[in-house]
Amino acid sequence: MLAEIGQFLLGLALLTALCLSIIPLLGYFLKRKDWLLLARPLAYLLFILVFGAFLSLVWLFVVQDFSVAYVWRNSNTLLPLRYRISAVWGAHEGSMLLWVTIQALWVALVARFSQSLSHDRIGRVLAVLGWVSLGFLAFVVFTSNPFERLFPIPAEGVDLNPLLQDIGLIIHPPILYAGYVGLSVPYAIAIAALLGGDLDEKWIRWSRPWTNAAWAFLTLGIVLGSWWAYYELGWGGWWFWDPVENASFMPWLAATALIHVQAVSERRNAFRGWTVLLSILVFSLSVLGTFLVRSGILTSVHAFASDPERGTFVLALLGFYTGGGLLLYALRAHRIRSEPGFELSSRETLLLANSLIFLVATLTVLLGTLFPLVFDAFGKKISVGPPYFGLMFFLIMVPMVVLLPLGVMMRWHRDSFRRVIRLLLPPFVLTTVLTVIVWWLLNPLPLKALAGVYGGIWLLVNTLFAIFTEKGTLTRARLGMHLAHLGVAFFVFGVSMTEHTDFEKDLLMNPGESATFKGYTFTFEGVRRKRVENYLAEEGTFKVYQDNQLITILHPQKREYPRQQKPMTEAAIDPGVMRDIYISLGEQLNDQGGWSVRIYIKPFIRWMWGGGLLMMLGGLLAATDRRYKRHATAESRHLADQWLENNAQPISAGTTSKA
Amino acid sequence: MKKSTSTWLKAILPLIIFIGFVALLMSGIGKNPRLIPSPLIGKPAPDFALPSLHDPKRIIRKQDLLGQYYLLNVWGSWCPSCRVEHPMVSQLASSGLIPVYGLNWKDEPENAKAWLQQFGDPYADILVDYEGRTAIDFGVYGAPESFIIDKKGIIRHKVVGEITPQVVQNELIPLIRILDAES
Repeated sequence: MLAEIGQFLLGLALLTALCLSIIPLLGYFLKRKDWLLLARPLAYLLFILVFGAFLSLVWLFVVQDFSVAYVWRNSNTLLPLRYRISAVWGAHEGSMLLWVTIQALWVALVARFSQSLSHDRIGRVLAVLGWVSLGFLAFVVFTSNPFERLFPIPAEGVDLNPLLQDIGLIIHPPILYAGYVGLSVPYAIAIAALLGGDLDEKWIRWSRPWTNAAWAFLTLGIVLGSWWAYYELGWGGWWFWDPVENASFMPWLAATALIHVQAVSERRNAFRGWTVLLSILVFSLSVLGTFLVRSGILTSVHAFASDPERGTFVLALLGFYTGGGLLLYALRAHRIRSEPGFELSSRETLLLANSLIFLVATLTVLLGTLFPLVFDAFGKKISVGPPYFGLMFFLIMVPMVVLLPLGVMMRWHRDSFRRVIRLLLPPFVLTTVLTVIVWWLLNPLPLKALAGVYGGIWLLVNTLFAIFTEKGTLTRARLGMHLAHLGVAFFVFGVSMTEHTDFEKDLLMNPGESATFKGYTFTFEGVRRKRVENYLAEEGTFKVYQDNQLITILHPQKREYPRQQKPMTEAAIDPGVMRDIYISLGEQLNDQGGWSVRIYIKPFIRWMWGGGLLMMLGGLLAATDRRYKRHATAESRHLADQWLENNAQPISAGTTSKA
Repeated sequence: MKKSTSTWLKAILPLIIFIGFVALLMSGIGKNPRLIPSPLIGKPAPDFALPSLHDPKRIIRKQDLLGQYYLLNVWGSWCPSCRVEHPMVSQLASSGLIPVYGLNWKDEPENAKAWLQQFGDPYADILVDYEGRTAIDFGVYGAPESFIIDKKGIIRHKVVGEITPQVVQNELIPLIRILDAES
């Protein structure tokens, strides 16, 4: 019964989304204020309906209703409650439902926190968001229905993929999706502005906190994903450049470009068209990304082929949102006026350079991700793995790191390179000195690591320098920016150290044996079996000593889930500021209890995630800047309502002049 | 006016690039593979040594299957089109026209078994390609796909997508006649 209720709610939500996508727009074009005013209530209703459907699916998992095919496939009676709930988004259908639920939440939030926008504007924005809801709800209802029944009813479910039975997976997808779908807000704002042909700085200023917030969620989602892969996959890696990761990274890169371009177009009448294009690109990439992940790429690289129906639907949606957006841009571009009034040596130039660097990075990842798919189709096998991405990224990020402080220091409109370079001279000297010290402390360092260390310190010194010189006049937006840039500094430093100075060793260890390297002694005390919740574990015990002092005891596991054949590796990690010690169990190799063991020492890996978290905090802090609240003047609302009245009925000139 | 032409071009350019991109996606991923014959046709099937689904300790090698022609059906429990073609595959196997082997591709064995229990197991034997390596050697690009391999272990035909009654009538049966005549 509950499945039918969920189904019914989804159907109602689809209808509501249809109304939301049509009525306010009709209201806008026919100058009917009452229709425009319907946008907000419809947005709230949409969220309530979708959320109701989502809760139905959660409840179906909680009570283990195996007559629902999706529940049967992703759950069983042994599964603990917390994983039963997270199993809701453990596979395609449910995660698409989560996607539309979070999207509906963003729509409701936009409706709620848009008091400063005039009715005609918010009506348009919500209508565009309604299109997005409509498309994805249709996708769920017609191709990926999570409420489909199964007959005869099985007594026991299959299982949730054990890789996904983890705290990381409970929180990672909702946050990542919050970022993905949050990017539909700047898209909707850009389209709404194009529809009306009234793209001004108010639109862009209003778009900024939403872009920042979505970007911050996306950042956190990516960091969590990387952390999850690190401890759960047991390979010691933190980023694999696989299509799923790239799918989240591409919108992030493009959104980073967007944030920086918005900084220009909000204040100055420049780059308006570029802002609109990037807004469209960012959302298109998150649609593309969602589907690269969700059309089955986790099981197969051949996502589009393995399910033609879903693949076609995706392309249709992508064609509609992106193609429609770009068509509108083509029709309205002549109404976007940008004054080309800035000089080469200005902050505008550097922010433009920033957006180009990030755009190139986005396209590099896109190419690397899609190339294998395209080549596959022609019967050729090519692989562009980490070597391609690693090299390309190094090359692309060098100018980014070098130019970042220049962009921060440069004045708007007109400045001189000579002035800024003179300002950057002391940090340059300090950076060089500090790098030599680090090099002396951590010797030997490979050249690439040294370059990264130099870059990290360069950003750190310059950002601190900038905070110091600006103190007293720092707004939240400015402070958020500096915080995010500090994050970049820590990230660059952490990545360089982890990637180039990590240590990895495969060993055969018998119980009682010890191994010593990098100043640590590892004593293996054997493996014992134990039963935990819904799995059996073989748990190893390792004592780690440094200078004859016991520093930690680690328990890596091999887990066997009764309904799955492949054992899972659960690495044991001793996290630290300066290094992680990471041990994972391989196979039992002999009858004396000897195991193959893999030990990693990962220097400064936490700094990298810490950098990501700083970026996120910076983004959120900037989103709460007063400027975005202050412009919520009653005046603008009043003016726009008057516009409606003016257009709705013939009026005298007197009313206009009153404004 | 010169200026207006360039503005117009700038306005329309993003759309053109996007249309090109979508065209690439559609042509590259949607259609071509069905039209382009596999370069492996007429060549010896790649070597494989894979565990059997029902008895993982037993390894099935390419040599074990020589001496007979057979159909190798690539499938997975995660693949909806496999479910669609399954009755036809079952019918083909039970007709005795040709022995049918399964290649269980990138699948959890437990899910595969549950799937077979639900929809029936027509296969003479099932090879488990958990990592997807053998499928790469075969140039498999999506599931389902099927290969006809002759007595000498040479790939004679490849079906991309579902096996339909038409495919059986027009492609498989004529080929089986030829293979029968060869022996």
